[in-house]
Amino acid sequence: MGWLKPLTLVLGCLPISYCIWQVSRLYSGDAGILGADPAKAIVEFNGQWTLYFLLLTLSITPLRTIFGIPALVGIRRMLGLFTFFYASVHLLCYALLLLELRFGEILADLEKRPYISIGFAAYLLLIPLAVTSSNAMVRLLRKRWKRLHRLIYVISLLALVHLAWLTRSDYTEVVIYTLIVALLLLFRTLNRSWFERKLLMPFRRENPS
Amino acid sequence: MAGMQPRSSEITDERTFMRRRGFIKAAGAIAAGAVASRALAADSAVATNTSAERRILVHEGEVLHSQATPPWLVPKLREAVPGNFSTNESATPYEYVSQYNNFYEFGTDKGDPVENARDFNSEPWTLEVTGEADRTGKFNLEDILKPHALEERIYRLRCVEAWSMVVPWIGFPLADLIRRFEPNSNAKFVRFETLFDPQQMPGQRSRFTAIDYPYVEGLRIDEAVNELAFVAIGLYGRSLPPQNGAPLRLVVPWKYGFKSIKSIARISFLRERPKTTWELSNSREYGFYANVNPEVDHPRWSQGSERRLPGSLFSRSRTETLMFNGYAPQVAHLYTGMNLKRNF
Repeated sequence: MGWLKPLTLVLGCLPISYCIWQVSRLYSGDAGILGADPAKAIVEFNGQWTLYFLLLTLSITPLRTIFGIPALVGIRRMLGLFTFFYASVHLLCYALLLLELRFGEILADLEKRPYISIGFAAYLLLIPLAVTSSNAMVRLLRKRWKRLHRLIYVISLLALVHLAWLTRSDYTEVVIYTLIVALLLLFRTLNRSWFERKLLMPFRRENPS
Repeated sequence: MAGMQPRSSEITDERTFMRRRGFIKAAGAIAAGAVASRALAADSAVATNTSAERRILVHEGEVLHSQATPPWLVPKLREAVPGNFSTNESATPYEYVSQYNNFYEFGTDKGDPVENARDFNSEPWTLEVTGEADRTGKFNLEDILKPHALEERIYRLRCVEAWSMVVPWIGFPLADLIRRFEPNSNAKFVRFETLFDPQQMPGQRSRFTAIDYPYVEGLRIDEAVNELAFVAIGLYGRSLPPQNGAPLRLVVPWKYGFKSIKSIARISFLRERPKTTWELSNSREYGFYANVNPEVDHPRWSQGSERRLPGSLFSRSRTETLMFNGYAPQVAHLYTGMNLKRNF
């Protein structure tokens, strides 16, 4: 499955490429391409893709267990790093384009606006995960690496709260994403006990890979 | 920040109004600084033909909805004249006013209403009037509009989400409409209700919405008859696009946009203050008054500044928010002695 990584890399770059293409169109005179509020459209677009990559990262473990494709783990790190990348663009565009770098207001937002502070907390927690994503770090931290990277569960919950708190009326989207995250997390608890013993052990004995 | 045109009482005829505009232009030419130059540029954009008579702003291009302007409305729109309230800020282009909307009955994304309201049918339209008034009942919109001459008012629109636009509405004073139903002395509040039609309005079918439809808004009767309160039946010289609240909507420019209820199907005159939709949905975040007030923050974001749309990535669009959205001279007296922090 040597093609899996390059493919993921290409696909992961598509959203940001699309975003850059839209901005270049806007710059060359296509005023309507991002609507009346291009800044907000860009911030929301990158926020949306942060969430998608987060969900993809979380789904690797269940997918590889269910379908028995161990190779999937090879792209998990890349998906995690894409999550961090889109979160960084999201945050940067928010500060740069929406707040127009009014630092007073950024600080006030961090302090007073719960959805902003929750989102920012989630971002801060992503940093150590991104920093320790290399093979060398995995070796260096050993067991602690696994424990550290369980932060992704906390981050997922914070991301959902971030989304819920900026919703004004229609919670359909929030409900859908919460269900998906719940399912992905539930799988992990079930996996440890019932799921693994009853369903996967026999399968594994026959395929010791 | 550019101010209001003079009050209607200060103006006797259109020529006086014209002279005033000329004065503003001259003042703009003398004044220095970014604000003045912006105002000047805006002024020439608003008054397309200053040497002759001032004309209303008209959108000449395509519209995105399928319903044609009803024949009876066409001559009325043609006779619409510039009203006494305008601004020297540039009007937000039609494309943005009609394609960036908060109208949750047609979806919660800003681009949803223009898509989902494309085939909205608002003809014929019945307006029901109930409550403390002598002339209640069901009225046909055409009959209601018959005696009203239409005027253009260019108002700032400040959304509670901290963005704003400048919109050239076509319509007539709400006070004139209210007078025709002869509310009695018990009528202390006016309640407005949006059409409830889940077949035409997909947002009303949503399962996980925090909003209880039909959408309800309300005003104190003295707010409702204030000279600024306006019934819009069009914008940019055309009939209202459905995503902007066809066929008739409220425009209360000193309040956050959600007070300017769209597609009104019922008006009730009440003794008691009605509970409004956003109040019912989240009373901590949305109050009955919802006056634009830079000093009272929304619990989840600041109201101190706003972003004027259409925004640009390459220049700043954030400006300070003004008390009562800059309409304090016309409306501040309505709230003397009131604690606006508590009555937000």
